[in-house]
Amino acid sequence: MPGSEFYGNLMFWIFAIMAVAPGLGILLCKDIVRQAFWLLLSLAGFAGLYFTLEADFLGFTQVVVYIGGILILFLFGVMLTHRMDIPLKDVKGFNLVLPGIIAAGAFLASIFHLIYHTQFKTDGAQETPTTIKEIGEMVMSEYLLPFEVVSVVLLVALVGATYIARRGDEEA
Amino acid sequence: MISTLASSLNNGMNFLASSFFTSFPSLANFLAQEGTEKVQEATEQAGGIGLKHYLVVSGLVFTLGIMVIVMRRNAIAVLMGIELLLNSASLNFVAYSKFLANPIEGQVITVFLIVLAAAEAALALAIILNIFNNTNSIEVAEADSLKG
Repeated sequence: MPGSEFYGNLMFWIFAIMAVAPGLGILLCKDIVRQAFWLLLSLAGFAGLYFTLEADFLGFTQVVVYIGGILILFLFGVMLTHRMDIPLKDVKGFNLVLPGIIAAGAFLASIFHLIYHTQFKTDGAQETPTTIKEIGEMVMSEYLLPFEVVSVVLLVALVGATYIARRGDEEA
Repeated sequence: MISTLASSLNNGMNFLASSFFTSFPSLANFLAQEGTEKVQEATEQAGGIGLKHYLVVSGLVFTLGIMVIVMRRNAIAVLMGIELLLNSASLNFVAYSKFLANPIEGQVITVFLIVLAAAEAALALAIILNIFNNTNSIEVAEADSLKG
């Protein structure tokens, strides 16, 4: 019977594959709705990775905000930009394939090299206290200014989004 | 069985990185100067999941996000690529703070990142809807004029 560490590692590998592999689906899938569902799987994998890092609040936030909010927003975007009466131009193809592969390959090579050749000063994983209380205290004390700024940014962005997304012909 | 699979995956990643840089030694030398300042060896237990595992996962997702952004023609797919980039960056924040510093600090930053990602997605989708209303297309190459 393997120990709890084994199951922890197993969970990491499952969630890691779940986070990385759907990226290929997003890259190669022709149908935008299928891409959206691949993105769902990838976001769920990231939520699982947060749980393996003992960041439980972030895991739940990831599920609620990304899967429950942003993904639905994407599906609305897909719905609103596919009218049946107007024939849509074919946007399923690829663009700039060689530059994409070169840029991504260069980035992958440099980041892998840095990861494998940097010796991080680490004492291994640290004990995490109960995250929700600590995050709340930190947001209300040390990170109060960024919290206020980010709330104003969110408000302005949402108001601006509704203003931009209005139909042009309804303009007064 | 699973643990052998895990270790072979680990070895495979190591091999992938090392074989690439034996074929491009000058690039490796250039990049290696970054890492020489850190002295202390990482004390990860053998077979355990350490910081570098999370960094590799986030690097792979970031690469796939770059490929999606550059290669897809559909503007909504490009947005999905941006979401992949933001997610991999947030994973890096959480992993670094878990292994190197105060574990809560990175989580707070990631909360802010999630809020900004939500704002960005709403705004970008509004812009895409506007482009669609004006040009009847959501191909990124079609949106090349500033005025109607």
